[in-house]
Parts: sequence; C-alpha cells; structure tokens
Amino acid sequence: MNGAPRGATERMKKKPVSEPQEPVSHPQAGRLSLRLSSTLESVAEVEAAAQELAFAAGLDEDERFGVALAAREAAVNAVVHGNQLDPARQIAAGFENTGAALLITLADQGKGFNPDLLPDPLAAENLLRGSGRGILLIRFFMDEVHFRQLQPGTGLTLVKRLAPAGGKHKALPPRASSAG
Amino acid sequence: MALTIAFREVGDVTVLDLNGRITLGEGSVQLREATHGLIGKGGRNILLNLEQVNHIDSSGLGELVSAYTAARNQHGEVKLLNPARKVHELLQVTKLSTVFDIRDEEVSAIASFSR
Repeated sequence: MNGAPRGATERMKKKPVSEPQEPVSHPQAGRLSLRLSSTLESVAEVEAAAQELAFAAGLDEDERFGVALAAREAAVNAVVHGNQLDPARQIAAGFENTGAALLITLADQGKGFNPDLLPDPLAAENLLRGSGRGILLIRFFMDEVHFRQLQPGTGLTLVKRLAPAGGKHKALPPRASSAG
Repeated sequence: MALTIAFREVGDVTVLDLNGRITLGEGSVQLREATHGLIGKGGRNILLNLEQVNHIDSSGLGELVSAYTAARNQHGEVKLLNPARKVHELLQVTKLSTVFDIRDEEVSAIASFSR
C-alpha cells in the first residue's frame, strides 16, 4: 500500500546479487530513502535495507552483521523510544554508499534526547539492567555515530568506512580459515 | 526466522534449546515467557542452549539478563551454553560475559549447577 517506500526497496533489490568480491570493493554507489510507520515491521525493513547496502558494498559476513545490527538498534530507538510506536509519527531512513563509506541515517519525530546523559551500560551498577545497550552496540560496530537534535525528534547518522582492499573492520576477529 | 524453544529436563536442570533470532518482536517475548514461566513454576536451574541462535539484539540481551535476575531472585541460576561466535562477541562487548557462566559443553554445564 505504501507505494513509494516499497518501490524504493524494490529498486534496490533489483540489483544483481552475487557473493561479495575480493576483500572489499565498493563500486555500487546509490541512495535509498524510506519513510516508514512506527512499527516493528519498519525496524525489520531498516535492518534488511542495511543488510542489502552492506552486501552490495562487498562487506564480509561479520561486517554485514554489524552494520545490520547497528541499523536495527537505531531503528528501534527511533520507533520505540523516539516515536513511542505512535502510528501518527513516521521515521525517515536513508541508505547511501558514497564510495568511501556507507551512510545510514535515521530520524524520528519524538521528544529527542541527549545521548551523553544515558547511563553507561558497562558500569558495574548497570550490568543487570534490562535495557540501555543499543547505542553501545551501534558505536561498537560503526566507525562514526552522529546525533542531531531535530524539531522535533532526533537524527542519527551512522558511518561505516569502506576500507581499501585488504583493510579489515576494527572490531571483529578474523574468521576462521576461509581459504579460497 | 522466529525463535523456537524446546524444553528438556536433565536432572534438576531445565535445558532450553533455542533456535532462531532473539530480537525485539522476533523472539524476545517468547524467551521471556519461557524463562519467567519456568521460574514462576519453581524452576530454579536453567541452561539456555544458544548454539542455534544466529542473531540477538540489545532487546534479546536484555531478556537474558532479565531471566538471570529472575532466577537469582528465586535462588536459582541461569547459565548459557555454547553461544554462536557472533552472540558470544556481543556478550563480551556488553560485558555480560562477566555476568553469565558461559559453558561450551553440556554435561559439564549441567554438573556445574549448585544442588
């Protein structure tokens, strides 16, 4: 029913899908913009779009996992914490391969928040909290994370730099022998 | 893929074989209902077999913690068995690896529960 977002997603999916190439090459520039309702289905759509973006950029499985998880956490923040699952509010999501980096943007229409005021989930007194780890995971898997206060809402930009051939993500240990 | 949960009793330990995703809207609720249901019925020793859990997010990690604290409040324990590499990494990143007893072998995991 929501023709524009679905059409945009379909355009993205029409790209031929192949296994990631040699270390990392990123010839497939492009941008996808979505406006989505404040639902958990939208979270899944953001995660899938990020996964596709990372796949098209030639990132390996571990890196794709990290990018998709970071996008998912950002979408959960936008939908649940920002828009509070309010059907009258939407989120905007953007996915872009600039050739040098993957950019994922999320914007909600909530009250906004100051990420510097969030409790440290790694502090001993917070380890047994049931929530509050999403931004930690986003920061872990992405190279840069930028917050913006909107009127209203919060904007978030996630940056995953595309390493030159032979480069490797900082976070994940090398995969066990993938000799080939 | 949604989460499926199979229950096994091994002595006085309940093993939950989890398969699929533990994420918000796709498994976190099932995990909460399963673990809190068990604990509510007096189950004290729970071993969560994570070998076939291929994805977890912060909500899923929160549910693991919730099960841990609920069991501990009933003088029980929740332990983790054989998390897949990516899940194990997330446990390390969040320092939950310092909270949970994480085992890689079921027999010794069962034996490690206090009686």
